[in-house]
Amino acid sequence: MKGKRRWYLVLILPFVGTLFPAFYNRAEPALFGVPFFYWYQCLWVLLTPVMMGIVVLGTRERDDV
Amino acid sequence: MSSGAIVLLALVAGVTVLGFLAARWGRGDLSNIEEWSLGGRRFGTFVSWFLLGGDLYTAYTFIAVPALVYGAGALGFFAVPYTATAYPIAFVVLVRFWNIARRRGYITAADFVRDRFGSRSLEICVALTSIVAAVPYIALQLVGMKSVFMQLGGTFAWHDGLLALTIAFIVLAAYTYTSGLRAPALIAFVKDTLIYVTVIAAAVVIPAKLGGWAHIFSVSAAVLAARPKPTSLYLQPSQYVAYATMALGSAMSLFIYPHSITSVLAAKSAEVIRRNAALLPIYSILLAMLALLGYCAVAAGIVSKDSTAIVPLLFARMFPDWFAGVAFAAIVIGALVPAAIMAIGAANLFVSNVFNEFSHVRPRGEARLAKLLTLAMCGCGLLIIFFVPVPYAIDFQLLGGALLLQIFPSLVLGLWTRWFQPGALVLGWACGIALSCAMMVASGFSANYTLHLFGFSLSAFIAIYALIVNLAVASLGTLALRRGSLALGTDGTVPGDYA
Repeated sequence: MKGKRRWYLVLILPFVGTLFPAFYNRAEPALFGVPFFYWYQCLWVLLTPVMMGIVVLGTRERDDV
Repeated sequence: MSSGAIVLLALVAGVTVLGFLAARWGRGDLSNIEEWSLGGRRFGTFVSWFLLGGDLYTAYTFIAVPALVYGAGALGFFAVPYTATAYPIAFVVLVRFWNIARRRGYITAADFVRDRFGSRSLEICVALTSIVAAVPYIALQLVGMKSVFMQLGGTFAWHDGLLALTIAFIVLAAYTYTSGLRAPALIAFVKDTLIYVTVIAAAVVIPAKLGGWAHIFSVSAAVLAARPKPTSLYLQPSQYVAYATMALGSAMSLFIYPHSITSVLAAKSAEVIRRNAALLPIYSILLAMLALLGYCAVAAGIVSKDSTAIVPLLFARMFPDWFAGVAFAAIVIGALVPAAIMAIGAANLFVSNVFNEFSHVRPRGEARLAKLLTLAMCGCGLLIIFFVPVPYAIDFQLLGGALLLQIFPSLVLGLWTRWFQPGALVLGWACGIALSCAMMVASGFSANYTLHLFGFSLSAFIAIYALIVNLAVASLGTLALRRGSLALGTDGTVPGDYA
């Protein structure tokens, strides 16, 4: 059980990645004309479900369907 | 009448028929409050996805967020980190809440708080806060519908849209009354389809017509800088804390809204919640796209005194008339569905946790009272938009969220610990609510308050200041009460209930 709980630490990453705007508040590198500030945050929207998927798989009980 | 208006009316009429037919969906005695308000707790991953999505992507997403980006630049993009961080919170909190609620048969969040802390006064505080916080959110839905009606003009715009809004709400109230949660759950399918079609069309057509993203951003940068009150595509360092606290505060309050709780409790298993929490962020991509419509409107040269009008104006200019009708239907239905769920959630709280504390009604009377209260909630929302002017429509949601976050210690921390004394929690809650209200008034009903302290000034979301004070008071109060060895309330739950 304790080993499984460790998976939940992955969920801290979206907070670290998005809640410190000083790190991403800039224009470069732009992507298809979209400044870094905007596409970087959108990237986190895509990464978050991936991380949650990892936690779902990592903590799944054997009898879950 | 324009072809857009005809398309809108046809879609809304179709959805209304669906709302009444929903009463026949699955077997259930709709005079039972659990059947009426939670759809008999039978919804699987698929229905829950649409129901929760239907809840969370509303006029807030379509109208309020682009309006803030249009008016305030980068600050408005806080909604993106907000939705990115909301789901990990949901994932951890809601699964635990669902388990305990199912084991003990709770139909509201306040039921849990009463049982956990053995305190009726805490239960009533939680219930009243949730009800009050839902009203401005319903008001925001009305603002979204109003913006569409004003754009259509003619009869729709008669008396600031009052007639059209009233009719929309009579229709909403009527099918919510008959079908309960089944109505918004069924309509959510239509709503989400319309939203996807609209957002994808907007993402393809609008940037192409405006000369591509690079052009949109460079024009927006120039226009924002040239305004009388200049803003920018990037945050000022003084806005960093406001940006992060608005995102975090909104994320923490999202899933304690009565309408989210209602949709969560309607799920048939904890696994449904886990899967949905992991999948739902996909919707947030739509939100980011819609937020950027604020800049598209700037680049398209749209000027409006009322920032909530910019998305309807943009759609009317960029889409052929009939498709603008589809887009408007997406906004109107996208406001009706969550408003219905919010009204159901709030009515439920009032009947189960406030009214029943004073007067016990029989189960049949309970459901009837809840149905009548949904009408009252919609009426309050209507009053608010005609009488409370806020700087941005999004402030309705943010200020409601600030109040709501004050139940976080009792409800969310309460899922893990009973360390807090119920009396201390009530005191912390009262301080948090009082501070939020004082700061709202002091900042002119804007969501952020600037604190000047020892020569520093710090601008942050009111909700977070209030939550810090709330937690400090609750902790100190608990320590003081423990020292006085006051008897603890009884915990109705046992550890096994949470797994």
